[in-house]
Amino acid sequence: MNNFFNKSDLTRQDADKIVSETLNNCDDGELYLEESKSESILLDDNKIKSSNYSSDLGFGFRAISDEVVAYSYSNEISKDSLKNSSENLKSTLKSIKGTYNHEIPKSNKKFYEDINPIEQKTLDSKLEVLNKVNDFLRKKDGSVKQVTASFAGEQKSIEIIRSGGEALTDVRPLIRFNVSVMLEKNGRKETGVYGIGGRQSYDDYLKNDNWKNVCEEAFRIASVNLESKPAPAGEMKVVLGPGWPAILIHEAIGHGLEGDFNRKKTSAFHDLMGEKVASEGVTIVDDGTIDNRRGSLTIDDEGTPTERTVLIENGILKNFMQDRHNARLMNTRSTGSGRRENYRHIVLPRMRNTMMLSGNQTQDEMIKSVDKGIFAVSFGGGQVDITSGKFVFNCTEAYEINNGKIGSPIKGATLIGDGPSILKEVSMVGNDMMLDPGIGTCGKAGQGVPVGVAQPSILIDKMTVGGTKL
Amino acid sequence: MVKDQEFLKSKASYCLDLAKKMGATDASVTVGHSISETVNFRNKSLEASDRSDGLALSIETYLGKRRSSISSSNLLDENIKTLIEKCLETTKITPEDEFNSLPDKNLLAKHISSLNLYDETRFENDKKIKYLKDLEESASTDSQIINTESSFTENKSNFILANSDGFCDGYKTSSFAASCVTVAKDENSMERDYEFSSKRHLSDIKQAIDLGNKAAKQTIRKLSPKKIGSEKISIIFDKRISKGMLSAFASAISASAIARGTSFLKDKIDQQVFANSINIIDKPDIIKGMGSQNFDSEGVNSNTLQLIENGILKNYLVDTYNGKKLNLKSNGRSGGTTNLYFEKGNISYEDLMKKNSRSLYITETIGHGSNLVTGDYSVGATGFLVEDGEFKYPVNEITIAGNFKDMFKNIILANDLEFEYSVNSPTMMIEGMTVAGK
Repeated sequence: MNNFFNKSDLTRQDADKIVSETLNNCDDGELYLEESKSESILLDDNKIKSSNYSSDLGFGFRAISDEVVAYSYSNEISKDSLKNSSENLKSTLKSIKGTYNHEIPKSNKKFYEDINPIEQKTLDSKLEVLNKVNDFLRKKDGSVKQVTASFAGEQKSIEIIRSGGEALTDVRPLIRFNVSVMLEKNGRKETGVYGIGGRQSYDDYLKNDNWKNVCEEAFRIASVNLESKPAPAGEMKVVLGPGWPAILIHEAIGHGLEGDFNRKKTSAFHDLMGEKVASEGVTIVDDGTIDNRRGSLTIDDEGTPTERTVLIENGILKNFMQDRHNARLMNTRSTGSGRRENYRHIVLPRMRNTMMLSGNQTQDEMIKSVDKGIFAVSFGGGQVDITSGKFVFNCTEAYEINNGKIGSPIKGATLIGDGPSILKEVSMVGNDMMLDPGIGTCGKAGQGVPVGVAQPSILIDKMTVGGTKL
Repeated sequence: MVKDQEFLKSKASYCLDLAKKMGATDASVTVGHSISETVNFRNKSLEASDRSDGLALSIETYLGKRRSSISSSNLLDENIKTLIEKCLETTKITPEDEFNSLPDKNLLAKHISSLNLYDETRFENDKKIKYLKDLEESASTDSQIINTESSFTENKSNFILANSDGFCDGYKTSSFAASCVTVAKDENSMERDYEFSSKRHLSDIKQAIDLGNKAAKQTIRKLSPKKIGSEKISIIFDKRISKGMLSAFASAISASAIARGTSFLKDKIDQQVFANSINIIDKPDIIKGMGSQNFDSEGVNSNTLQLIENGILKNYLVDTYNGKKLNLKSNGRSGGTTNLYFEKGNISYEDLMKKNSRSLYITETIGHGSNLVTGDYSVGATGFLVEDGEFKYPVNEITIAGNFKDMFKNIILANDLEFEYSVNSPTMMIEGMTVAGK
């Protein structure tokens, strides 16, 4: 366990005292201490291009009175620095007359081990894997022109000190292994990218030469794209494959169900609680409690244990995702969704692992039912306009469907849809729910946090495909 | 107060000396300090205030042609020592790379001219609050505006870059930024739009009232949008979108993308890649410029570069490492472009709008739809249908698609260039793109 006080003139007692004094009469707030150690090692263009190690230490001090959030952070943990922050918060919240809510639910479940993944594998053996990846792909096929492979590892320790001296701690490991390959054939270039990761040690993911499978998948995606034709343009039926394509759910539905946008009534979903927002058979949950998953958290960044929050149940909107601040203002409870990128940032309600649960149809049935449409297997990034509800995402592997059969691969196209209505267009839900491989990072208000997604195959009756072929 | 040059210099030389003493053949260090204060408003009252004060240190150590780096926010001498030890350990087992080196000594910046990038004015939080009150007041005069959010950020930074070849320099910069996001609602739809102003000097920030008015006007005109059919149509890109084309172009001509072979503009030097009339310039020495710099992130002197001359590609953006790979000298672009812009065209905005009887005017795009390997472009878009030079109705839930190789050759620029940001473009028209809608 980290001790934030052993290299500072600030003692635990001092910290408790300053926190309690500052938050007296506030509605909420806490001192958040964080230390992170991270590494990134990159092989590119036949060479180890960079190996970087960083360490970061700091605190963020938050005080909330009614709707106003005051925040101050520093990367110097000292008595003076904390006192300065305290003064800063007090000067922002000029008249404070709240009631501090001491209630933080408790749980002793943990969803990952207290490990430091960086220390659990030697640098030499990481370099060896990266070089093997490079050799393997370059020997595999003459069309391979560029290989990039990387390791990213992190250990983040946090301690949350609340008014009255209550303290909550967590140690969070996170790793990611990524391979990108570029092929060139007959003057055409295409890339394929694949990665894996989560909250375990590197070797948990790389055992049995699993790096080879990651290489094969990146190579396969690039090869498919070398044969791709221009994508069609216009409204048509879309079959989404299982797993990672659930970023559609994340963009189209997830963001719109975050508490802050609904409290402010700027989400297209704010007045739809209890109403039908999806076809029957569609159930979506946001779950922070799956062992070792990238989006899982033992406690969130306000100290609340995470949970499995049902967002949509059989088509009906049931819950928003809440942090403490928005929950209090909406007269509800936190769902353990309060997250921040690091101590430099304020807490926002965010997604964890967002999942559409399985139904009982097969992918085969879906494909067979489509006369003209596309089958989307993998995506790059997506984005949403919360207010208008319009969202997009980019296909990185997709095929035409003609008369119930999968046809040629098509070039990367953007799909665009309308969040509040897209789930009503879901006419089949597959029996093949799959989790993504553990690579997602969600951005909101300039803060990136690791997330996961999952879904079965689904058939969407109408969506606009942004190709070039009319 | 932001830490002074002396403090940062002493930290930087402590790091360099220590790295050398511990065996590094070369080293380079950046030490920076930044203080920033933000006030957020929502619906005419204070929502949040945020103060940050952060030191940052990054060190690169070399053992011959081996190199690795570390970064940290903890500047205590004891921590620095541990980090440099760790960095050197890593350097030892990192394989050699013949292209690794500090920049050529004779390319390093020698004379630092004042570009007036620092305004020491302190805009107290109470004044920020007053500014945001005025802004939101002017943004919410129309009853269709149902939500306003705005913020004001003041930032002061200082840094020192030093390397073991004797380079040691840095300077203060400041920035002030005001922004406003408004939401409007009618019986058919809810829409959001924004306006912002970001400057080196406080006195250059747009008036609160103008910012609020403009955000509101831009939001209200988007209400009750329609979806149009799929077709080929000429597209007019608002300035805030056309500058994104420049950013995509800049990424595609970075020496790293060229050296790796992952750019659609590889091997295109001295070839026609834009329409004849197009000139693109990157100018680092604009007084008070948002992208201005005295030297790049390696200390290399940067001069004005003509990237595109009469449609022909003249230069890549070159840093030391990738320059060595490509057999080119660094042109001071480690860290990318500085103040990048299209030279203005020779047709007025009004004439551009009327050029075709029917066109699509794009004010916002969403998604990450630029593929710089193939040049393929496909993004979600919002805008207006234009007929005979007039906005007819708002349009959304469509995509626009094409390939940069064709798009660049079909660009027509208006003459309304202004220097507002670090990347600036006039209003732009591209003919022959595909819209996907109904």
